[in-house]
Amino acid sequence: MGRILIDLLRFNRQFAVGLVLLAIVLGFALLSFFSPYPPNDSFVVPPDVPPSWAYPMGTTSRGQDLFWLLTFSIRNTLLFGVTVALISRLLALVIGLVAGYCGGLVDRALMSINDTFIVIPLFPILVLFYFVMKDHMSWGLLALMMACLGWAYDARLIRSVALSLRTREFTETGIFSGMSMRQILVEEHLPYVLPIVFSTTMNNINWSIGLEVTLSVLGFTDINTPTIGVLIYWANQHTALVAGIWWWIFFPVLLVILAFIGLFLLAVSMNEYIDPRSRLGRSGG
Amino acid sequence: MSEPVLTVSGLRAWYRTSAYGVSREVRAVDDISLSIAAGEIYGLAGESSSGKTTLIKTIANAIQPPLEVLAGSVVFRFGDRPVDIHRISREALGKIRWKHLSYIMQGSMNVLNPVRRVRHTFFDFAFRHIGRPKPEFLQVVRDHLQRLHLAPDVLDAFPHQLSGGMRQRVTIALATVCRPEFIIADEPTTALDVVVQKGVLAMIHEIQRELGSSIIFVTHDMAVHANLTDRLGIMYAGRLVEEGRTADIFRAPRHPYTAHLIASLPRLGDTAPKKGLDGAPPNLADPPPGCRFHPRCPRASDICRREAPPMAELSPGHRAACFHPEPERPA
Amino acid sequence: MTGYPLYLLTRLGQFALVVFIGINIAFIVTHATPIDPVEQSIAAATQFGSTSPEAIALMRQSLKELYGLEGSLGDQYVSFWSRVATGDFGPSLSAFPTPVSTLIGRALPWTVALLVVSTLLTWVLGNLLGGLAGYYRRSKALRFAGILAMTFHPIPYYIVAFLLLIVFGYLWPVLPISGGYKMNMTRDWSWEFIGSVAAHAILPVLSLALVGLGGWFMGMRSLVSNIVTEDYVAYAELGGVERRRILGSYVMRNALVPQVTGLAMSLGSIFNGAIITEQVFGYPGVGTLLVSAVHVGDYSLVLGITTVSIVAVSVAVLLIDLAYPLLDPRVKAR
Ligand SMILES: Nc1ncnc2c1ncn2[C@@H]1O[C@H](COP(=O)(O)OP(=O)(O)OP(=O)(O)O)[C@@H](O)[C@H]1O
Ligand SMILES: [Mg+2]
Repeated sequence: MGRILIDLLRFNRQFAVGLVLLAIVLGFALLSFFSPYPPNDSFVVPPDVPPSWAYPMGTTSRGQDLFWLLTFSIRNTLLFGVTVALISRLLALVIGLVAGYCGGLVDRALMSINDTFIVIPLFPILVLFYFVMKDHMSWGLLALMMACLGWAYDARLIRSVALSLRTREFTETGIFSGMSMRQILVEEHLPYVLPIVFSTTMNNINWSIGLEVTLSVLGFTDINTPTIGVLIYWANQHTALVAGIWWWIFFPVLLVILAFIGLFLLAVSMNEYIDPRSRLGRSGG
Repeated sequence: MSEPVLTVSGLRAWYRTSAYGVSREVRAVDDISLSIAAGEIYGLAGESSSGKTTLIKTIANAIQPPLEVLAGSVVFRFGDRPVDIHRISREALGKIRWKHLSYIMQGSMNVLNPVRRVRHTFFDFAFRHIGRPKPEFLQVVRDHLQRLHLAPDVLDAFPHQLSGGMRQRVTIALATVCRPEFIIADEPTTALDVVVQKGVLAMIHEIQRELGSSIIFVTHDMAVHANLTDRLGIMYAGRLVEEGRTADIFRAPRHPYTAHLIASLPRLGDTAPKKGLDGAPPNLADPPPGCRFHPRCPRASDICRREAPPMAELSPGHRAACFHPEPERPA
Repeated sequence: MTGYPLYLLTRLGQFALVVFIGINIAFIVTHATPIDPVEQSIAAATQFGSTSPEAIALMRQSLKELYGLEGSLGDQYVSFWSRVATGDFGPSLSAFPTPVSTLIGRALPWTVALLVVSTLLTWVLGNLLGGLAGYYRRSKALRFAGILAMTFHPIPYYIVAFLLLIVFGYLWPVLPISGGYKMNMTRDWSWEFIGSVAAHAILPVLSLALVGLGGWFMGMRSLVSNIVTEDYVAYAELGGVERRRILGSYVMRNALVPQVTGLAMSLGSIFNGAIITEQVFGYPGVGTLLVSAVHVGDYSLVLGITTVSIVAVSVAVLLIDLAYPLLDPRVKAR
């Protein structure tokens, strides 16, 4: 594992850039633990101050220090992405591994359902969900809902790896030695699909953060938990752009774009590393 | 004898890869020289991974990374001007291909474009050389197919609708429709069952006699070589280790590896079990020093471990690369 | 049964499944929640005052009907489906008494046009450039295009649309940033009107394209760099087939097959993108309609749009699926 990381860092520029970008964003999120203000307090500093030494990213019209507010927001946004990714990983793994292991009819049935979830336009459904929940909408509920809707693409990738494991010798040995399906999947197959799970996790985080930002900006989430989307929502509510408070929009957008590109580069470079063709070139002998 | 059609000298082609700091060089073709005369069928034999395909790909200038040509030349003589196939322009090469030099690929199962009808493939490959209007061109193709006992309606089929044997015969038809002087055939019969195989071999022979073409014919099936080829080259681990008239080689192989190949052929009335060759074929990324065969050779001595034996003419028209060749056997 | 009929049947089955599951999700989302949507909707709709008592009564009745709150869960389920099947979602609460279907029918052509234009443009251009980039790996310009694609692709539609809005709305205001055509213009088929529609479509199309291009570009590039190692490509090279022909009829042609499947698979998320983009640029399609329906608490409209979206996307996927055998003759044999 450590060796792989070092290899990737040394020889894969995309991975290195992605890691640096993500480290910046993560470091920024960690600063939130040192914030002098609680996240939801407003009018603690003078409003509408442009970036300066005292307020490196300026202040908002609601009298918040944008720098510290942003540390909380990016932390919550990332946490949201990770939560969705973790829950949907469970679904994707179970469905992908079972479909790949069983093959045949089970596989076909599961993949039909899977393709359905890939095709259905999720955004209107999430909007409908918000519409029904309104004030009861919370951060956790949205994460759960998105995890339930967003596992399908990755399940398909995991399944295609699992399908190739089915015919491998160790699977048969396992079956003959009386291992249960659960044992085989967890002990034998899981390690093989983990690389692809890692790379899809990055993409899934990107996907869920993107939707969360979008929903929040429209005000379709819990607007009292600061996230990047909520931050932009409030900026729009105060027509920050028209009022010339550009920093209120600029810094959140910049930070979240860094996160998107960082995560994406990590996913791409990991994919390239897992690719059997590039492996062939690597394996000595 | 007139000038040879093909002269290969000192050819060296390696696969070079590098990823994540690990570089690899597979020495698949190492210092090979040979020549082939007009109208000759030249067989190329050797175990799997010995570099047969790499050699003929290099001869046909089908070089794609990671394969690189490091040294040597491949000179064809079509008409009276010699051309070094690695040193001519793309356009010039395009004029030679299929008109003078065609190729039947190993694993011909997948050489036809899966999403187009066979007819289009004939147009792409042969139309510009035959130089007739479309209907006439199609008639030429149909006649040619008929001669190869293929129904002309294969032209309207997609590759997946043809059986393996049919696909193979279609590729042979494709490779011969322009009546080229030189045909390179890489295991054209290996994937086929025995009956179809016989038919295909007969077909190749017939066409060769009709066109008077030269053929390089690659297979590790020694029986096929015995029946089809005029001369035979034996490859081992990226090197040519023996070359001579097919009859001579079968009668009296000089290189210990060839001797083993011939000895292990099943013969009528054989009862004793065949002895296998000890050891594994060498890793071409890190070949043994000296003679590459020495770790498995019953006749190996000190010099074999240190120096690579050069190709030497042991009797007229019969060459081998060995310090301790098998004794000559009088005819 | 084999060949095309079997293929047809499985695709129709998949279509039915998508609609079935999609509508069921909509049902569960609206029925499994503890909130009483009827009273909530009425509260939301009436908070702007000016609603007559009769209208409220009508509203309550039509809402109850819509939820089927009188019957058992089973009855509710059946009446939900009959609504969907007839495309009758009752009157809109915000634009009372205009039927929801009329509102959607008015907005849908804008969305469909936006989607078709931007998707075709993006798909064709992305595949073309990606194919070239995979084939001519050494080209500097194409490598640079790859880096651009990588930068824009991971950014969500909303942010890209928003950035374009800032650039062309505030920094360099040369393009119209809101609406589908110039305000107060008569909607006829004059050149002026068409020109205005086209000008207003530039930014929405551009933001959809910026995100979408990268995906097709990178997908095609990696497909092509695999396909060039296939036997039939190597063989065409050996046969001296022209390079352009090899790139077109051998490499790209084969790479298109998975890219069309990919198009069908991503229609859902492209649709999401269109909805979001419309909202940013105030484009008069279903996206803008959906967001404003939420803001004014128009339940039937939100539900109607969700359902229509699911069905519309499924139909589009089905259309692609049906055309697919034209591209890949092998499905008929499977
Ligand atoms: N694209 C490639 N990259 C790296 N190494 C390769 C590549 N293609 C072939 N090789 C290596 O080159 C060596 C020679 O391969 P080649 O295909 O020429 O053998 P061959 O004699 O034709 O074998 P066979 O009888 O199985 O066809 C092998 O060790 C093979 O692993
Ligand atoms: Mg070979």
